[in-house]
Amino acid sequence: MLASASGGIRRPGDRIFSGTAVAAALTILALLAGVAVFLVVEAMPAVTADAAQLPEGKSLVDYIAPLAFGTVLAATLAVVVAVPLAVAVALFISHIAPRRLVLALGFLVDLLAAVPSIVYGLWGIFVLGPAAVPVLEWLEAKLGFIPFFEGPASATGRTMLVAGLVLAVMILPIVCAVAREVFSQTPRKLQEGALALGATRWEMMRMTVLPFGRSSIISGAMLGLGRALGETMAVTIILSVSGIVTFNLISQANPSTIAANIALDFPESSGVAVNTLIASGLVLFAITLVTNLIARAIISRQNIE
Amino acid sequence: MESSARIRPPLAELGGGALPDWASYGVIAGSALLGAALLAAAGTLSVALLLVLTTVLSCSAIYIWSRLVEGSRRALDRLVTFLIVAAFGLALIPLLSLLFEVVKRGLPGFDWEFLTTSSRGVIGGGGAAHAIVGTVVITGVAAAISVPIGIMAAIYLTEFEGGRLRRALTFFVDVMTGIPSIVAGLFAYALFAIFFGPGIRLGVMGSAALSVLMIPIVIRSSEEVLKIVPNQLREASYALGTPKWKTIVRVVLPTAFAGLVTGVMIAVARIIGETAPLLVTTGVVDSINTNPFEGRMQNLAVYAYSEYRTPGVMKQASYDRAWAAALTLIAIVMLLNLVARLVYHRYKTEAH
Amino acid sequence: MLRPTEATRGAETRNPMTQGQQEATVSGLAPTEAAPLAKTVETRDLSLFYGDFQAVKDVSVKIEPNRVTALIGSSGCGKTTFLRSLNRMHELTPGARVEGEITLDGENIYAPGIDPVNVRRLVGMVFQAPNPFPTMSVYENVAAGLTLNSRRIKRAEKDEIVERSLRGSHLWNEVKDRLDKPGSSLSGGQQQRLCIARAIAVEPEVLLMDEPCSALDPVATLAIEDLIRELKSRFTIVIVTHNMQQAARASDVTAFFNLEETGKPGRLIEIGATEKIFTTPSEQATEDYVSGRFG
Repeated sequence: MLASASGGIRRPGDRIFSGTAVAAALTILALLAGVAVFLVVEAMPAVTADAAQLPEGKSLVDYIAPLAFGTVLAATLAVVVAVPLAVAVALFISHIAPRRLVLALGFLVDLLAAVPSIVYGLWGIFVLGPAAVPVLEWLEAKLGFIPFFEGPASATGRTMLVAGLVLAVMILPIVCAVAREVFSQTPRKLQEGALALGATRWEMMRMTVLPFGRSSIISGAMLGLGRALGETMAVTIILSVSGIVTFNLISQANPSTIAANIALDFPESSGVAVNTLIASGLVLFAITLVTNLIARAIISRQNIE
Repeated sequence: MESSARIRPPLAELGGGALPDWASYGVIAGSALLGAALLAAAGTLSVALLLVLTTVLSCSAIYIWSRLVEGSRRALDRLVTFLIVAAFGLALIPLLSLLFEVVKRGLPGFDWEFLTTSSRGVIGGGGAAHAIVGTVVITGVAAAISVPIGIMAAIYLTEFEGGRLRRALTFFVDVMTGIPSIVAGLFAYALFAIFFGPGIRLGVMGSAALSVLMIPIVIRSSEEVLKIVPNQLREASYALGTPKWKTIVRVVLPTAFAGLVTGVMIAVARIIGETAPLLVTTGVVDSINTNPFEGRMQNLAVYAYSEYRTPGVMKQASYDRAWAAALTLIAIVMLLNLVARLVYHRYKTEAH
Repeated sequence: MLRPTEATRGAETRNPMTQGQQEATVSGLAPTEAAPLAKTVETRDLSLFYGDFQAVKDVSVKIEPNRVTALIGSSGCGKTTFLRSLNRMHELTPGARVEGEITLDGENIYAPGIDPVNVRRLVGMVFQAPNPFPTMSVYENVAAGLTLNSRRIKRAEKDEIVERSLRGSHLWNEVKDRLDKPGSSLSGGQQQRLCIARAIAVEPEVLLMDEPCSALDPVATLAIEDLIRELKSRFTIVIVTHNMQQAARASDVTAFFNLEETGKPGRLIEIGATEKIFTTPSEQATEDYVSGRFG
C-alpha cells in the first residue's frame, strides 16, 4: 500500500473518495456496535424479568443452560469427527493425489461448503437419519454400556449423533481448506531434508508437514467449531427435541441448541418470550465470538513465529 | 585410516523385497470380491456394508502382505496411504449422496407449475413462484447494500493508511465473519422493532440481516483481490501525475474487476441459501410480494423449510415441494459458483 | 609402490582398480578382503530430463571413494541436477526422468524393484540452506534418521550415536548443554553443522553436499571446509560449489560441467585431480572458466 501519492495536496477528488471510503469503514464499525447494542437492549427485559414470566417458568439461566449444553455438545461432536477427516483429506489433496487432479478434487470438497444448510437439514432427516438407524441399533447393542450409546436407539434417526455428523460434513470443507493451504506451504527444503534421510512418504509427512501445520490445523478446527456452534437449520430440522440434558447420543430425547431453539420458537413468540430468545442469541454470539478470537490469536501467533 | 570396506547386503535386499506394482489395486479388488462373497453368504446385500468391508479387508491385507515382504516401515506407509484415500472417499460420500438425493427427490416436483404459481389460496398445492421472486428481491436488496459498502471498505483497507481505524476495522471484520446467521437475523429484528414496534415483518429486514452476513465476505474477498494488483501499476499511474482517487478508479479497480465480480457472486451464493435469519425477519407468507418495504415476503429457503415443517393435507406433495425448492436452491448456488469461476478465468487481467 | 599423497596429485588419469588396491594396501587388508568397489559411485551415459527438457547429457564418471569430488560450472549447467540424481531426489520433481545408469558399489540404484528410500539411506545429502526440523530439538534432529531406520534402538545407544555425530561435525562442544533446545535456535553455521551431524548419524556411504556454504559467512565456511576434509576418511563426498576457491581448497577431484549455450543440456567437460584442473586443464572451456573469463 502506498502513501498518499499526491504529496500531501488534497485534491477534491481525493477528498471525496477517501471520505467515502472512511465513511464505509465507519458504517461497518457502527453496524457492529449496533448489533451488540440492539441485541442487549432487546434482551434486557428478559434479564430483568421474574422467572415466572419467562417461558417454561424457569429463570433465564436455567432456560439457557441446557440449550448451551446442547449447542456445545453438538458442535464438539462435529469437530471431533470432522478435524481428523479434514486433515486426512487435506494430506490426500496436497501430497498424495496426482497433480493434475488437485484442482478438481479441491473443487469437489469446496462444493460441500456451497450447499445451503436447509438442504443439509432435509438430507439429514430424510436420508441420513433413516440410513443411520441400523447403526444406532448396533451401537446400543454392542456399546450400550458407554453413556454415549445408552439408547434406546431412535427409530427415526433424529438423534444428536446424526445431527453432529451432519454438522461435521458442513464444517469439513472449512477445516480442510485451512489445512490444505498450510500443508502445501510446507517448505520444500524441510520435506526434502526428511526424504534425504531415507524417510518414507508417511514418515516425511509425520516429521515435517504435520508439525509445520499444527497451529493452522488448530485454528482451522476452532473456525469450524465457531461455525458449528452457530449452525441453525440443520439442527432445527434433524433433532428431535425434548429438552433434557444428556450425553446420550442415539436416543429420541435430546437437548436443543440455542440456535435451533430460536428458530423453532421465534415465529410464534411474543412479548417477553421474544426477549428471552434474543438473550439466548446474545449468549450464543458471545460463545462464538470467544471461539473465533482464540482462532485468530492462534493464527497471528503462528505468523509471528 | 578407516577401512573403506563395510560389508552390507545388496541394495535390492536392504529393506526387504518389493511388492509388485499392481499390489494396491489387486488388494482392493480382491477385498471387494471377498466382501461381496461374504455378504452374499450372509444374505445381506448392502452397498454401504460392502464399502466398509472392502476398506477394512484391504487395509488389513495390504499391511500384512507388505509387512511380510517389504518390512514394517514400508507397510505402515502403505497402510496410511490406504487410510487417507479411504478418508477422501468417506468425505465424498455425503456430497454424492446429497446431490443424488436432492435431484432424485426434487425433480418430480420441479415443474412449470412449481415455478410459476404461488401458494396463495391453494390448499395442498401451488408452487414456489412467490418464493423465487422473494429470493431475488431480498438478495438483490442485500447485495445493493453490501457491495458498495464492502468494496469501499476494502478499498479503504488496501489503498489508504489509517493506523487505528484500519486496525479496528480489520479486527471487527474478523468478528463479523463469525456472527451466527440467526444472530444476524435477531439483530435486524431488534433494529426494526425498536423503530417500528415488535411483531414487524418486512422483506427489507431480511435484506438487512443478510447484509450483516454478506458485508464481511465481500470485504475479505475484495481485499484479497485488491492486494494482488501489483504496486508497479499504481506507481506507474502516479508517475504520470494522476491523483490517487483517479488511480484507484481508472487503474486499480479495472485490473481487479474480474476478481471483485467473482467475490460478489460467491458472496451472493453463500447467503442466498440462508434460512435462519429470514425466519425471524421476513416471516412466512403465501403470496407474491415485490415490495420489500411492505409486508412479509417469502424466500426459497424459508419456503423449503415451511413446506417441510407445516405440510399441507397431502404431506408427500408438500415434501416434494420442499425438495423441489432445495433443488432450485442448489442449482442456483452451483450455477453462481460456476459462472463466478468462469468469469474470473475469462476476464482476469494478467497484470504481471 | 606410490605413496598415497603422490597418488592423489598429478595423476593424469585415474585407474580405479589401482586406487582401490592401494587403499586396501594402505589399510592393511589384502585386496581380496577389501571390497574394491565400496563407497564408489559410477555413472554411465547418464542423461537427466525435466519432461522434454534435457538438463544433463551423457555423463559417464567415476566418483572416487573416500575422496572429495567437487562439481563446478556456471549456473544452470546441470551440476545440482546431477547431484540430486545420485540419491534419487531428482525424481521427486514431477515429470523428471532418468536415462542411463548410476551404480553404487556396483549396483544400479535405478534398477526396478529398488526402493529409493534405501538408496537415500546410503547416500546422504546436505542442502544449500540449512534445514533443521524446526519442531525438533538439537538432539532429536541428529537422531531423526536413526529412529527411522532402527526402531528398537536403546536410549543409551542413541545418546552415544548423537554425541559421536555431533563430535564428528565439530558441533558437540557448542551444543552439549543445549541438546534439548530447538534446532532452529542455532546460528547459520551451527545449523549447517547440525544438518551434517544429522546426515552422518545414519552412517551413509556417500555424502552429497549442494553448495553447503553459500548461505554462511566466511568463518563458518572455513569451519565446514575443514570438516569436509576430515569427513572424507569416513565417507565419499561429492560437493557442488559455485566458489572456485572453495573447490580448490576443499576437494581432491574436480569435475567441470558446462553448457554449450542456453537451452542446451549440460555436459561433463573434464574431470581430474583438483590441482591439475586449476593449473593445467586439458580443455579450453575449463581453462576459460577457472581463469574467470566467464561464469
